[in-house]
Amino acid sequence: MVKLARFLKDFKKQVFLGPLFKLIEAIFELIIPIIMAKVIDVGVKNGDEGYVLKMGGILVLLYVVGLCSTLVCQRFAAQASQGVGTKIRDQLYAHIMRFSHAEIDKFGSQTLVTRLTADVNQIQLAVAMLIRLVVRAPFLVIGSIIVSMFIDLSLSSVFLVMAPVVAFVTWLIMSRSVPYYKILQKKLDKVSLLTGETLSGARVIRAFSKQKSESEKAYAATDDYRRTAMRVERLATLLNPLTFMLLNFATIAVIWFGGYRVNSGTFTQGELVAFVNYLSQIALALMVVANLVVIFTKASASAARINEVFETAPSITDGPGAPSEAKSGAPVLCFEHVFHSYGGEDSLSDINFTIMPGQTVGIIGGTGSGKSTLINLIPRFYDVSAGKVLVGGVDVREYKLEELRQKVSIVPQHTVLFNGTVESNLRLRDENASLEDLEQALAVSQSKEFVDALPGRLSAPISEGGKNLSGGQKQRLTIARALVAQPEILILDDATSALDYSTDAKLRQALATKQGLQALILVSQRAASIRHADQIFVLDDGKIVGSGTHQSLLASCPIYHEICKSQSILEEEVK
Amino acid sequence: MNKATFRRLLGVLKPYGFYIFLAILSALIGVSLSLLGPILIGDTVDLIIGQGQVDFSAVARILIFYGITLLVSTAFQWLTSVFTSVIVQNTTRDLSRAAIAKLNAVPLRYIDTNAHGDIISRVVNDISQVGDGLTQGLTQLFTGIITILGTLGFMLSVNVFITAIVVLVTPLSIFVASFIVKRTNKYFSMQSEIQGKLSAHINETINNQKVIKAFTYERRAEEKFCAIDADLHASGIKAQFNSSLANPSTRFVNGLVYASVGIFGSICAIRGLISIGQVSSFLSYANQYTKPFNEVSGVIGQIQTAFASANRVFELLDEPEEVSDGKKIIDPSQFSGSLAMEHVAFSYIPERKLIENLNLQVRPGDKIAIVGPTGCGKTTLINLLMRFYDVDDGAIFLDGTDIREFSRNSLRGQYGMVLQETWVATGTIRENIAYGKPDATMEEVVAAAKAARAHGFITRMKDGYDTIISDRTGSLSQGQRQLLSIARVMLVDPPMLILDEATSNIDTRTELYIQEAFNRMMQGRTSFIVAHRLSTILEADNILVMNQGHILEQGRHEELLAKGGFYAELYQSQFAKSK
Repeated sequence: MVKLARFLKDFKKQVFLGPLFKLIEAIFELIIPIIMAKVIDVGVKNGDEGYVLKMGGILVLLYVVGLCSTLVCQRFAAQASQGVGTKIRDQLYAHIMRFSHAEIDKFGSQTLVTRLTADVNQIQLAVAMLIRLVVRAPFLVIGSIIVSMFIDLSLSSVFLVMAPVVAFVTWLIMSRSVPYYKILQKKLDKVSLLTGETLSGARVIRAFSKQKSESEKAYAATDDYRRTAMRVERLATLLNPLTFMLLNFATIAVIWFGGYRVNSGTFTQGELVAFVNYLSQIALALMVVANLVVIFTKASASAARINEVFETAPSITDGPGAPSEAKSGAPVLCFEHVFHSYGGEDSLSDINFTIMPGQTVGIIGGTGSGKSTLINLIPRFYDVSAGKVLVGGVDVREYKLEELRQKVSIVPQHTVLFNGTVESNLRLRDENASLEDLEQALAVSQSKEFVDALPGRLSAPISEGGKNLSGGQKQRLTIARALVAQPEILILDDATSALDYSTDAKLRQALATKQGLQALILVSQRAASIRHADQIFVLDDGKIVGSGTHQSLLASCPIYHEICKSQSILEEEVK
Repeated sequence: MNKATFRRLLGVLKPYGFYIFLAILSALIGVSLSLLGPILIGDTVDLIIGQGQVDFSAVARILIFYGITLLVSTAFQWLTSVFTSVIVQNTTRDLSRAAIAKLNAVPLRYIDTNAHGDIISRVVNDISQVGDGLTQGLTQLFTGIITILGTLGFMLSVNVFITAIVVLVTPLSIFVASFIVKRTNKYFSMQSEIQGKLSAHINETINNQKVIKAFTYERRAEEKFCAIDADLHASGIKAQFNSSLANPSTRFVNGLVYASVGIFGSICAIRGLISIGQVSSFLSYANQYTKPFNEVSGVIGQIQTAFASANRVFELLDEPEEVSDGKKIIDPSQFSGSLAMEHVAFSYIPERKLIENLNLQVRPGDKIAIVGPTGCGKTTLINLLMRFYDVDDGAIFLDGTDIREFSRNSLRGQYGMVLQETWVATGTIRENIAYGKPDATMEEVVAAAKAARAHGFITRMKDGYDTIISDRTGSLSQGQRQLLSIARVMLVDPPMLILDEATSNIDTRTELYIQEAFNRMMQGRTSFIVAHRLSTILEADNILVMNQGHILEQGRHEELLAKGGFYAELYQSQFAKSK
């Protein structure tokens, strides 16, 4: 948690003055029983009503000043806690945005979302409590003890016995229940997972008429959560009544021993009343301390989770920038002895190829052959473990990331559209793209026809994930989006799988004549989609096992031959 | 905090009336015993008057009695919390169950058109919030009301006049608190709305990092984030500060109560109306009496949030369910598999017509292929056959009976369905393959996996058939998941088949083998196949060529080709020379 303290730096005023103002109220809270004691000991004993009223006036004054200083403190607490929360969120989000795929994969996106929201909220709460209570509660406890020491030193030794006992009980209950909270969180995650499955699997669940057993699975998870929750609560709810009981036993001791002191004449009745009042004040403050311990335990767990993100450095960072003069005559793209692994065995080994301007290249291979990995290396979503990837004759690691990704546009297999309009989705890369560019991109990607049919055309709304479009429409729109950026290299990673053959063919024809596009890389499982490419690379198990044109591969590469055969392309060829 | 929500919450609590009774009972015992404390202490103080004026034996008697009441009241206060926990945890469990049952009963339209993240958040987060609010609310209710009534009773027994002052001043604190609550409600809803916006932005951009990176959208995503975050900051300060006024304000009012009790009590004592010990216990009562007010104002924010969440949960629970089921059960031995669609009309959105006046006759055992451009209504047709959606007009007949007369489960049981978008349940691979037939033997499971060409990759996995998989883990590729979906259907061996791009993610060499297995399965069975690949279509008994919700042409491959219509064009385009 200490590491996150730097975020408090901008809120020095709030962090120091806030508790100070709170302290004023706390001091008054301590003084009030003294005044009450005076009212009884002086006013009532002497029958002086004027004195009683005067003291009453002072009490009201103290309350008013106390209220005002509390309000100032609350204001500071709100400013500091919300301010710190906002700062952490902003910086954490910016940090996550710099992560490469490797780091995102490592964390998993769902936990990053939780860390940005729930965990930051925990910290926010802790900061507010820090300012409001961290000074006040211990101050009240210690202050009450000190004041009571002044009243009677030997009687206050009751506190010295009591404090460690209360601390021990608190520790005992906390240390047993905190681990349970972690288990509880996991059980809640399970409920959330099963609820998600009910939604994502609705069609399959209903097709197999499994609603009942799926519901029962989720019921069991909620029951499991309930049982554990009740067990923790049985334990945790012991804390308050036990503390309260212990402190009241202290009261008994105070009265008993106080009685002796009064009897011997070294203590007054009023002082005894004050003493008892301080004890109940300590009791209340101690309960606050117990709650604080809970809040800070949770916050420090959250802080650790947040720090873990901050301390993870993005593995892929900007290069120094490419030399301004492009190397003329250099190949558009070149792989030189490229190896890559995700941490285990090599997922790509010794990949070599060169793509010259104007070429269309096809990459084909079975599931898990390394096709997607290969193309992810080009815009540096991952870095090579050995070898070099050159774009325009320059190592990709020398480019600034933005510069590189401007040149290389990739349309992933999994289509993603954002909540907004057709236009806002098309302008994802370049806010200021001209309307002509948008229209041209729509035309080339074969989206024009269906976009024309949408109410409002470019301003037609797209719901989250593009749920209001069909699979093929989504794919075409993501291709249009990539084209708006005017890339030099366009990579379609199986991005036409939901298109029917005729649309697919039209798209390929349009892309072949697209201006400014220097290379088109098609990744596919369908031989028909890539057979017309100038070069085809056949990937198998992370290696290039064949390269050349469709015709030459048919003769030279058995795997390619088999792929084509399985897609009944050969029969057509024969006809 | 509207009354309807409040009443419904009471309804949810009703089954636990007995526990509520127990909680109130133990609160009554625990609280009233703890309220005895100040009286007993006051009594002892009265026995400790001054030097040589202490009655030790009396003091000891009272203190021992006090110690016993302490033990008992502690036990009962704890019991109150335990009963509250039982009530709250059971209630929230009931809510979760109702919500999950609801999700399995709503029409697919609801699931297809609502953000899943939002629904999950209702089932998980909102119900937790309701639970937290209930815990706070019930605890305050049980102990608070009894404390207030109890202290009032004790105070009345000591002195009516001073009690009157207390009772007169406290409404002021309620008034102050409720004024602040009303004022802050709007800040809270504003804050949670912005929080929702921020979460949506985070979800969208982090879950789709790959696209964000590909389009170098990071900086703009950050700018948008900071803008929403700034709004959240502004509304957060307002909500936090304004609601944090409630507690100090009520404490201030209650401080005034305390002061007036002290002053008037002392004056009464001077005039000999009450004893000093009574003033002391009065002061304690004043403190105790005002505590519930302070505490309620301290958790008011939580209760406000809980009410907002309860509304969202009830909204989900109020979703209409699928229209009631038909009663007829299909008898497999009598089943032939003839199907007819008559004048069927359907659209997802009333303004955008999709399928209109669709007619179709399918003989038992026919193999029907459905082709057509993207978005032509192929998948919709399947949605209607399976009754994921019901027709708007017209009817679908299976063996001469309107499918709405069958129970949905019986109807769906006739079909084996494999979709392009695969789904696996969390569990072992074996459980997933046996999904439609949980009592299948291991031999049957392996046979199905072999037929689906999944046996190979399964045996290569760490725990083989016992490997745990889940829809969200990336341990399986799309293709492998599709193989499992196929194995799942092959094991059930249903009388009819629906294959919607069932092999789209499988590499074509594997596909060939699976195709053979499917062909064997489809012998003599009515089947519907949506496919891009021509090879599958060539063997169909009937090809439906669809466009924009209509069947343009139907017939066998050669017939349609000879016709030279839309199908012929579609077929030619597959092999169009692109260069």
